[in-house]
Amino acid sequence: MHNIYVYILIMGGVSYLIRMLPLTLIKKEITNRFIKSFLYYVPYVTLAVMTFPAIIEATKSPLSGAIALAAGIILSFIGANLIQVAGACCAVVFICELIIR
Amino acid sequence: MTASNKKAFREGFRDGIPIGLGYLAVAFSLGITARASGLNWLQAFIASATSYASAGEYAGFTVIGSGGSYIEMALMILVANCRYMLMSAALSQRLAADMPYYHRFLMATHVTDELFGINIARPGKIVPAYDYAAFLASGPAWAVGTAVGVIAGNVLPDRIVSALSVALFGMFIAIIVPPAKKNRVIAALVLVSFALSFACGKVPYVRDLSSGIRIIILTVVIASAAAILFPVKDEEKEGESGA
Repeated sequence: MHNIYVYILIMGGVSYLIRMLPLTLIKKEITNRFIKSFLYYVPYVTLAVMTFPAIIEATKSPLSGAIALAAGIILSFIGANLIQVAGACCAVVFICELIIR
Repeated sequence: MTASNKKAFREGFRDGIPIGLGYLAVAFSLGITARASGLNWLQAFIASATSYASAGEYAGFTVIGSGGSYIEMALMILVANCRYMLMSAALSQRLAADMPYYHRFLMATHVTDELFGINIARPGKIVPAYDYAAFLASGPAWAVGTAVGVIAGNVLPDRIVSALSVALFGMFIAIIVPPAKKNRVIAALVLVSFALSFACGKVPYVRDLSSGIRIIILTVVIASAAAILFPVKDEEKEGESGA
C-alpha cells in the first residue's frame, strides 16, 4: 500500500531538485541541439497531453468540457490572460450545464 | 537591507498581489482534483506548499488517485515540471556571477510561470529581494487556495464543482496557445498531442496503462520526434523574451 505522505515527499523533492539543480549547476549555456530542442518542446506537449481529453472527463457533461476547451483556445488566441481564460472556462461549463441538464 | 533592496522588495510585493489572487482561483480548482484523488485538506496544503506547481501537482494527484508506484510519481513530476527546469536554466543566465548559493537554494523553492515571468521581465540582473517579496505576496495563496478547494469541494453543489474543475485546464490552455499562435511547429504539436492523448485512451493495452505513464510516454515520444524533425534555432530557444 502506498502512503500519501511519501507521495507528497517525492512530489516536493523532485519539484525542488528540478528547479534547484539548474540554478546552482549551470554556469554555461546548454549547447547540444537535440537536448535544447527537446527541452523546448516538452512543456507544450505535456500540457496539451494533460489537457485533452481530461477536460471533457472532468465535467459532468463531456459536451460542456468540449465547449470550454474551444472557448479557452479562442480567448487565449485573441490575447486573454491566464486568469481570464481560466475564469471563462468555468463560466462556460456552468452555463452549458444549466442548459443541458 | 539597503535602500535599493527596500525599493525592490516593495515592487515585488506589489507585483505579487495580483498573481496571488489568480493563484487562489486556480489552486481552488486543484484542491477539487486533490479531494477526488483522496487527499484531505492538510495533505493538499502540504503538497501545494512543498511542490508549488500547478501541472506538476495535478499530475501528482492523478498518480495518487490511481495508486501508481513511487517511481511513476518521480517520473511524472519530472516530466510535468520539466518547464521549470528550463525556466531555472534561463534564470541562471541572469544571476550575478557572485550571487551566494543560499539565494540560489531559496529562489529554487518557487520558480513558477508567473514569478519567472515577472523576474525575467525586469531589466538587468535578478534581484533576490524583488523575487522574495513577490513570492511572499503570492505563494501563501496557492497553498491556502488548495486546502480551501478540498474543503469547499465537499460542501459546494456538484454543478459548481464541475464548473470550477476546468479552471486548471483553462490555465494550461492559456500557457500553450500564445506560443502556438506564433510558432506553427508548436501549434501542430499541440494538435498531435491532443489527438494521440485521446487515441491512447481508447487503444487496447495502451488504455490499461495508468494515465500518468501514458502522459510520460507520449511527452517523451512526441517531444523527441519534434526535436529531431524540427530542431530549434538559437533565437527561439526561449519563448518568454516578450513576457
